[in-house]
Amino acid sequence: MNSESNGKQTANAIEVRALRRSFDHQHVLNGVDIDIPAGTITTIVGPSGCGKTVFLKHLNLLLRPDSGSIVIDGVEVTRLGARGLNSVREKFGMLFQAGALFDSMSVYDNVSFPLVEKTRLSAREIDERVRRTLAAVGLEGMGHKFPSEMSGGMQKRAALARALVTQPKILMLDEPTTGLDPTRTGSIHQLVRKTQQDFGLTAVVVSHDVPEVFSISDRVAFMHRGRMQLVGTVDEVMSSDDEDFKRFLAGRASGDDLESQVVS
Amino acid sequence: MQVVEFIERVGAYILDSILALGNFALFLIRSLMYAVLPPYKLRLTLRQIRIIGAESLMLIVLISTFTGMVLGLQGYHTLHLFGAEDSLGTLVGLALVRELGPVLAALMIAARAGSAMAAELGSMQASEQIDALTVMAINPVQYLVSPRMIAGVVSFPILTVIFNVIGIWAGYAVGCGLLGASGGAYFNNLAANMSRHDVALTLYKALVFGVVVMSVCCYKGYHAKRMATGVSRATTEAVVLSSVLVLAWDYFMGSILL
Repeated sequence: MNSESNGKQTANAIEVRALRRSFDHQHVLNGVDIDIPAGTITTIVGPSGCGKTVFLKHLNLLLRPDSGSIVIDGVEVTRLGARGLNSVREKFGMLFQAGALFDSMSVYDNVSFPLVEKTRLSAREIDERVRRTLAAVGLEGMGHKFPSEMSGGMQKRAALARALVTQPKILMLDEPTTGLDPTRTGSIHQLVRKTQQDFGLTAVVVSHDVPEVFSISDRVAFMHRGRMQLVGTVDEVMSSDDEDFKRFLAGRASGDDLESQVVS
Repeated sequence: MQVVEFIERVGAYILDSILALGNFALFLIRSLMYAVLPPYKLRLTLRQIRIIGAESLMLIVLISTFTGMVLGLQGYHTLHLFGAEDSLGTLVGLALVRELGPVLAALMIAARAGSAMAAELGSMQASEQIDALTVMAINPVQYLVSPRMIAGVVSFPILTVIFNVIGIWAGYAVGCGLLGASGGAYFNNLAANMSRHDVALTLYKALVFGVVVMSVCCYKGYHAKRMATGVSRATTEAVVLSSVLVLAWDYFMGSILL
């Protein structure tokens, strides 16, 4: 699983430096630094309220930081205008926590949507790509269904298909397995790993499923109080003797942590 | 201490209100700007015209019929006191064309289509569907709001004209058919006293109400809070605020343009 041995030579798909963001005097991001090497799966874990989702919303350009820099695929994005942002956005796919499928459209229309709206592909090419992507996530022949007619796991797969259909370079996944049972969690994890390898993607995963999610991760970042407290390969992070991380793994929050969720 | 707190609260409230007003103005400008800039969303716009316009038609027919009937009834009895039944057509026609047609049509569409629109956009916001559009490099205002604005601008004047015509005929049916006013005088007086200016006013009002109702309902839905009560609150606020604004605007436009 560990393709990190040549990590130093690998170009970084994403580089984040000293990223800060506060909301109403609450410092949610306290100087985040992280490099995400191209062609790897980097998983961000940490207690609820540590700023994972806010951080991901900065990576996918939904929020702008107060200070700091984000370089995606060689482009500094924090000060880009609307057109520049859109050209960066076209490089990535995003899987939202609840799927965010358009519930007024069938699964097929959901998956074809970014192609219809953003590309000049012919109807035949679109059809072929949608069918291929649906098959890749195990939803062959399900295109006619509406999101409301599908189970949570199938919705996640459909949302993953929509994120993959544009063949992005970078895939971001916000808690891809929340609300799924252990079997489905495992199958989504395998699916993420397989698609990452098939498409040679860079993937950023925010997850609660520790330690299960480590099995598909190349690198792990432990986020704590708005910072990346630990970043490294799975082995490095697992063998670290950081007290906060050990507590997090054991499922024990310190009094400080609980307090910081309320205050910070 | 309490005085300071009170002043702080008032200050915060005023700042919030100014901020919200500025946000609304920007939202309105952007949605109108994207309505005229390519890429044009013809299919989405037609769909919204169907939802806002065509599907509101039965409601408009029903409301205008009863409004015209009431005007015919009350107008006849009031005018009868002065022996001026012949002016019934003028009374019903001008009341509908100048005020009641555009206002009642706008209130009805706000209640029917505006509330549904606020709820739909609100639940799209709550389930991150609007964020999903943004992340796909699709402008959500251009995709979701502008087609609804165009549909409002197209549908409101048409529905208002239908409202006026049906109302005038319903007033005629009650006043002349049931109560015995003169049918010829009804339409002669109506034609003599209604000017082009009145017709222009009704269309102008309908157009402005279309923009007001659609922008308020879209704004409220689009900015719904992501919690259980967020969508219901957005829906209520959308209908209440757009109704109040329609009535307030009606007075100002009437006093300036009449």
